[in-house]
Amino acid sequence: MGFISYLIDGISLGSVYALIALGYTMVYGIAKMLNFAHGDVIMIGGYTVYTIVSTMGLSPWLGMAASVVVCTVLGVAVEKIAYKPLRMASPLAVLITAIGVSYFLQNMGLLIFTASPKAFTSVVSISNIKLADGALNISGVTLVTIITCIIIMIALMFFIKKTKAGRAMVAVSEDKGAALLMGIDVNSTISLTFAIGSGLAAVAGFLLCSAYPTLTPYTGAMPGIKAFVAAVFGGIGSIPGAFIGGILLGIIEILSKAYISSQLSDAIVFLVLILVLLIKPTGILGKEIHEKV
Amino acid sequence: MRDKKLNKTFKNNLITYLIVIISYALVQAMILSGNLSSLMQGLLVPICTYVIMALALNLVVGVLGELSLGHAGFMCVGAFSSAFFSKLTLEAIPNAGLRFFLALLIGAVCAAIFGIIIGIPVLRLKGDYLAIVTLAFGEIIKNFINVMYVGKDSNGFHFSIKDVASLNMEDDGLVIINGAQGITGTPTDSNFTIGVLLILFTLFVVLNLTNSRTGRAIMSIRDNRIAAESVGINITKYKLMAFAISAGLAGIGGVLYAHNLSTLTALPKNFGYNMSIMFLVFVVLGGIGNMRGSIIAAVVLTLLPELLRGLSDYRMLIYAVVLIAMMIFTSAPSMIEYREKIMAKFGKNKVSKEAE
Amino acid sequence: MKKKIVSVLLAATLAVMSLAGCGNQASDKTSTAEGKNEVEAEEGTFLIGGIGPVTGELAIYGMAERNGAQIAVDEINEAGGVNGTKLTFNFQDDEGDAEKSVNAYNNLKDWGMQILCGTVTSTPCIAVAAKSSQDNLFQITPSGSAADCIGPDNAFRVCFSDPDQGTKSAEYIGENKLAKKVAIIYDSSDVYSSGITDKFVKEAEEQDFEIVAKEAFTADNKTDFSVQIKKAQSEGADLVFLPIYYSQAALILQQANSLGFETTFFGCDGLDGILGVENFDQKLAEGVMLLTPFAADATDELTKNFVAKYKEEYGEVPNQFAADGYDAIYAIAAALEKGECKPDMSVSDICEAMKKAMTEISIEGLTGEKITWDESGAPDKEAKAVVIKDGAYSLME
Repeated sequence: MGFISYLIDGISLGSVYALIALGYTMVYGIAKMLNFAHGDVIMIGGYTVYTIVSTMGLSPWLGMAASVVVCTVLGVAVEKIAYKPLRMASPLAVLITAIGVSYFLQNMGLLIFTASPKAFTSVVSISNIKLADGALNISGVTLVTIITCIIIMIALMFFIKKTKAGRAMVAVSEDKGAALLMGIDVNSTISLTFAIGSGLAAVAGFLLCSAYPTLTPYTGAMPGIKAFVAAVFGGIGSIPGAFIGGILLGIIEILSKAYISSQLSDAIVFLVLILVLLIKPTGILGKEIHEKV
Repeated sequence: MRDKKLNKTFKNNLITYLIVIISYALVQAMILSGNLSSLMQGLLVPICTYVIMALALNLVVGVLGELSLGHAGFMCVGAFSSAFFSKLTLEAIPNAGLRFFLALLIGAVCAAIFGIIIGIPVLRLKGDYLAIVTLAFGEIIKNFINVMYVGKDSNGFHFSIKDVASLNMEDDGLVIINGAQGITGTPTDSNFTIGVLLILFTLFVVLNLTNSRTGRAIMSIRDNRIAAESVGINITKYKLMAFAISAGLAGIGGVLYAHNLSTLTALPKNFGYNMSIMFLVFVVLGGIGNMRGSIIAAVVLTLLPELLRGLSDYRMLIYAVVLIAMMIFTSAPSMIEYREKIMAKFGKNKVSKEAE
Repeated sequence: MKKKIVSVLLAATLAVMSLAGCGNQASDKTSTAEGKNEVEAEEGTFLIGGIGPVTGELAIYGMAERNGAQIAVDEINEAGGVNGTKLTFNFQDDEGDAEKSVNAYNNLKDWGMQILCGTVTSTPCIAVAAKSSQDNLFQITPSGSAADCIGPDNAFRVCFSDPDQGTKSAEYIGENKLAKKVAIIYDSSDVYSSGITDKFVKEAEEQDFEIVAKEAFTADNKTDFSVQIKKAQSEGADLVFLPIYYSQAALILQQANSLGFETTFFGCDGLDGILGVENFDQKLAEGVMLLTPFAADATDELTKNFVAKYKEEYGEVPNQFAADGYDAIYAIAAALEKGECKPDMSVSDICEAMKKAMTEISIEGLTGEKITWDESGAPDKEAKAVVIKDGAYSLME
């Protein structure tokens, strides 16, 4: 029974990683950039809900809607100001700018909301499910997170494969020049990608904070990196890969804490990641890279 | 033609060395005349450390053309192995210079060995996947050092990854590495002169490597792997060589770091991925593959947050803004074009020269 | 093309450097020429420096200490200063990093610092103490609790040391028979937490209880505690020892609650502040015990005044770190008075006088009724064990 209960914990943690990883992988897949600021957009999403629900006392639904709007606007603004001028520059230059944006958002959060942690009121009101006489415990947040993940995953896949805007995204990710020649507005397509990615970050933000209800300006940083690892795990750029990678990462983390060593669990998670990448160099569901001769 | 080109690189390298030496002379003159503040004096050794780290990473990023996010890990290995040695031989070798020299060798060799161990599996990967795996290794190193307990007593060394109690030491035992509490009481053997000598050494290694047969082989792998392979260049060997040398140089940076402060701990702040990313910022901002640029970027970005102290609470916010602005200013195509226009107005001479 | 970019880049960086150089020169000449936010080094006052993290993950501790110390400085100045001499306080950020802390120390030296009230966290404190002992500059750390923080003889501290807290906690649990089976959840990557844990485990051998689980987490892994809690639960621990800071403890309490684990939680001074977490469900903290020198809900005049002032100035309930900062400034003031220091004395003379005076003074502080110091620099004060009852601290019998 112990094992199954740990497995459930792993899935709970993994579902949060998966949700964040979806946003990561989406932006990476289209814009081909590692958006290191993604974790900090999550933090802003969390604070938006906190301000509206806990400080102003309004409905959680309003908070969630506002958070998605705030993050989407923020994501598009950051893209316009910081990333767009560097579109034709080296990908590393954009990576460094993203790090700058990440520092900026953290310190902005620090100035506005101070460093004191805030306790976040869960936006999920579904109670825990207890199985096998209470030996197994599945929290309502976990259920909501997993369902949200699956819905987002399917919606994203549908959007990219079936809609015009989605196919434009794929075209931009494959070849910007050719897409431009085909009459696709590359700039607005990339803006749209950031808008969707940041909107997803808002969702990840309030679900992360509902599952682990302490909010500081640095709340998003570590889950952001873990989600990045999860996205690589599953094959970066692949949407179902992000989901699988996230869940697996959570399970490995919890099981290594439970059965090997709680001090070394970080090292074990990274070790497994390295092993996976050595066997399958582009992640679990990643596309093979064909070498051009 | 060939001679001319060689001459040009030689000249260029000479300028880089001269910049370092002249800056050193200037700073020394300022210290002697009492014109340098304590803050600046305290910053000299850290600046040297970060310059070395930027140069080491630029060897991997600029010359080898691979992205490493784990250089803080190699620095960590260099720092801990050398600090371990220095603390152990604090009484056995009373001569600080000799002790530091030996510590330096140990730190560099240990880090280079780690470079080889990590390089063998990792260098098969490419691009972002290589970056994430190096990041993973850096974090593993940090995590392991945080649970490592090493002590020494009359019976020899004791090692544990649990706690001090499980070292089972005699009463006369001395705990050298105390888990997360790290190593305290390292002698502060490093100073600015040593730091500058080490920068010159690092520069010498990197520049000579770049301009040698080996360096050209490495760069050919960067520019076109398949072409390089087809002319018989042993890709794995050269990649590994560049990676291990870079790791060894990062180890030197770590030795300098460890012997500047009397306490050494492996925190996310100093040896985590954030630090590796910081080194990458130096390299990218200074120009990938441009050693002189790396030096300048490392100096500027280390000084910047200290010079912004007057802004108190807004310090790190402004730092972030400046970082983004600098990045856009130096790398954005539109900005480069704009600057060229301005330059053309002011220096027609120069443009016509380059047009030739 | 490439060369051009490089040259432009060089020009740009050089421009930045020269600008930076200007700013620096200005600050070298006179400290009054510095930016507006900078504290001016007023002639004829005692210049006290403070160091701690006000950005980064540890910012909350540095900010609290800065605010607490500032209140003390203002109070002393309002009352006429020390022997008629006022105090000037300048607090610098170190991001919780040893190297940055030494930078901050050097910066304060340029400012003209005569006495150091810092640093807030342990690792930087050890590094700074090595520098301040070279300069023979008096240092008192409000909250640097690792044993080595007061290694040199010019360094004193206000808080308990980590080993002390570990030993005292184990003794307290054993002597009051609070539990038979104890589980520990600690941060293995943190100096404070692992320092306490080591001594706690050692002392536990002498005491009449058993440690059934010792589970760690790390700085990179501090959101999910389900495994650690379940281990403690399945081993049947009737007390969980939490030698950690309150932001993680708040998460542990929430997660233990949702797992239906009912037990006693026992912590050290790092747990203080848990009731101040905004929006925190205080019912969760009901019955939590902690060994702390300060409780914001204490009813003595001193604490009440301090808490009221702090709330008014900074809009928050002060935690133990704020109280440590406050007491450190009062200790400095008392030692300055006792040592008959004058602001025109050299740094080294002030240090010698204060070192001697420190062992002779006794102050009425927020973190102890009669705090005295010995030559090693450690304070002698009573730890209070408090339990959270109805959302407030109350002293345990």
